[in-house]
Amino acid sequence: MASTGNLRHIGEIMADPWQGVLERIDDYRWEIPTSYKEGMRVPGLVYASETMLRHMWEETAATAVNVFDQVANVAFLPGIVGRSLAMPDIHWGYGFPIGGVAATRLDDGVVSPGGVGFDINCGVRLLRTNLMEQEVRPKIEQLTNEIFHNVPSGVGSKGKLRVNDRELTEVMAKGSRWAVEHGYGEAADVVTTEESGCIKSADPDRVSSRARERGAPQLGTLGSGNHFMEVQKVDEIYDREAAAAMGINEPGQVLLLVHSGSRGLGHQVCTDYVASLAQSVRKYGINLPDRQLACAPVKSPEGQAYLAAMACAANYAWTNRQCIAHWVREAMMKVLQKGPRDLGMEQVWDVAHNIAKIEEHVVDGKRMTVCVHRKGATRAFPAGHPALPDIYRKVGQPVLIPGDMGRYSFIALGTEVAMRETFGSTCHGAGRVKSRTAAKKGVTGWDVVQALAKKGITVKAASMSELPEEASEAYKDVSEVIEVAHKAGISRKIVKASPIGVVKG
Amino acid sequence: MEKGFELLAHTADIGIIARGKDMKEAFINAARGLFSLMLESGEVEAKEYFHIEVSASDREALLVNWLSELIYLADAKGMLFSQFNISRLSDIELSADAGGEKVDGTKHHLKREVKAATYHKLKVEQVQDGWRAQVIFDI
Repeated sequence: MASTGNLRHIGEIMADPWQGVLERIDDYRWEIPTSYKEGMRVPGLVYASETMLRHMWEETAATAVNVFDQVANVAFLPGIVGRSLAMPDIHWGYGFPIGGVAATRLDDGVVSPGGVGFDINCGVRLLRTNLMEQEVRPKIEQLTNEIFHNVPSGVGSKGKLRVNDRELTEVMAKGSRWAVEHGYGEAADVVTTEESGCIKSADPDRVSSRARERGAPQLGTLGSGNHFMEVQKVDEIYDREAAAAMGINEPGQVLLLVHSGSRGLGHQVCTDYVASLAQSVRKYGINLPDRQLACAPVKSPEGQAYLAAMACAANYAWTNRQCIAHWVREAMMKVLQKGPRDLGMEQVWDVAHNIAKIEEHVVDGKRMTVCVHRKGATRAFPAGHPALPDIYRKVGQPVLIPGDMGRYSFIALGTEVAMRETFGSTCHGAGRVKSRTAAKKGVTGWDVVQALAKKGITVKAASMSELPEEASEAYKDVSEVIEVAHKAGISRKIVKASPIGVVKG
Repeated sequence: MEKGFELLAHTADIGIIARGKDMKEAFINAARGLFSLMLESGEVEAKEYFHIEVSASDREALLVNWLSELIYLADAKGMLFSQFNISRLSDIELSADAGGEKVDGTKHHLKREVKAATYHKLKVEQVQDGWRAQVIFDI
């Protein structure tokens, strides 16, 4: 045991920098005690490996932006229960950290638009296919071009859909179902969408005319920034039975991934309500350490109005992804010259990454209904949860975790641990490590295209000049994130897939 | 600092620090900074003007509301602006006319969408040599 003693000794000399600030619970859980900052109502809890924690700590020291502080700030929200949670892909956001989860009581808690973010129901949709990599690779250039042309993408792109104000109202009220009724996709897609693609409490009267004006021409557009569509191949399957439930059977199988959100409509809803809820903060005498956390009691007219408007933006986003997935399917049929039955492009699942949900959870042994904010976090319900459709009742809810365009993505499943600890939530992606400006330094779009080509990835981008902002190097390795989520037990990794074709907005 | 604004790096998004001899000039430079984030290249002529009136509880919120108004016009009306005439400005009210033109694909190369102006790390302050306004945008 002498060596252990020595290690201890070294450990004492080179004390972990977070000592006295963060308390280690186990290898993947770190608590921020309420003593960290006066005003915290509950402790914070960060899911991270020691290596990741060290990176976060160093970044905090180097840039004077403190992600732990943000987790602590969220703990100020009135009515917060459990802990202020940080998923393993946490990075600095505005107000809430990205990768933040917080649940508030309905009777005396608050709802905060900042806990959802500007891109309401930004999310990911995954389709499986009957195709194998070798059938698609020879046509990948043609395929990415066809997808690019069939799905309006990039800055300022307008949709192929032309919805008038009445139709937009229907979209906001109905969500995915509206798209299916208008010929975009299949009824089965709705079943495999979180919340069946529609939050029923949506009230279009709570959405401003400005948000409508921004949203109407953008329905059915991918957007820009980190939004993308990918043609992927399965690399590894970690649990054959669970993967089979998702229609994923073998390495080499081709998958299709869509990442988009609620476009200008959601951005304006958030802008409108952050401004109006700033008044509520004064009205209800709420003490906040950051204005971007502006909130109102869930039960108040202001809080209810936000939730009803947010639901409209969420429904719009589901409609948007429903239409985009339809056009991706069309592009596949055209390029591969096969019918839908041969291609077997069934939807695996569609998740929201930025959303607030009214859900039932057990808190301190008591069953209660809470408002769960997920900002850059994914719902991860376990097997047996009543919110899941029959096909996933036995295995749990699929969780789609995209990585950067040069590496890989993961498909995981929700767990009981997530239900107990994180209000049924897990990570949502890789998380940036480089700022957009730093990522662009000395790198051109062509550099990125060539680097990806060497890895066998074809990329088609709306803006070459902005491509470096989304390069691999700008992101954390998503496998570190998924490992922590897996080992901590808040989701279970099932499939790893990597891109062969990428279309960037 | 000839442009009157500089970019502020932030992991997920981008901010700007705008300066001016007075608060008005800092607000105008913040608006210029906003459009520099959207536009890669191409001249923006002041072909049409939009009248903007915003109010807020304090000058920080006023800056966010001013920039939010411009983001709305850019996104909903497809406008780019290059001229900003602020005729009235207090800590809680602003009247301005913004001149610009609709995006023209033949001469304007857009680089990114700005989703919103945030309250995060927001600052409007008097400094030694004038005024300084800091704002982070959601990209």
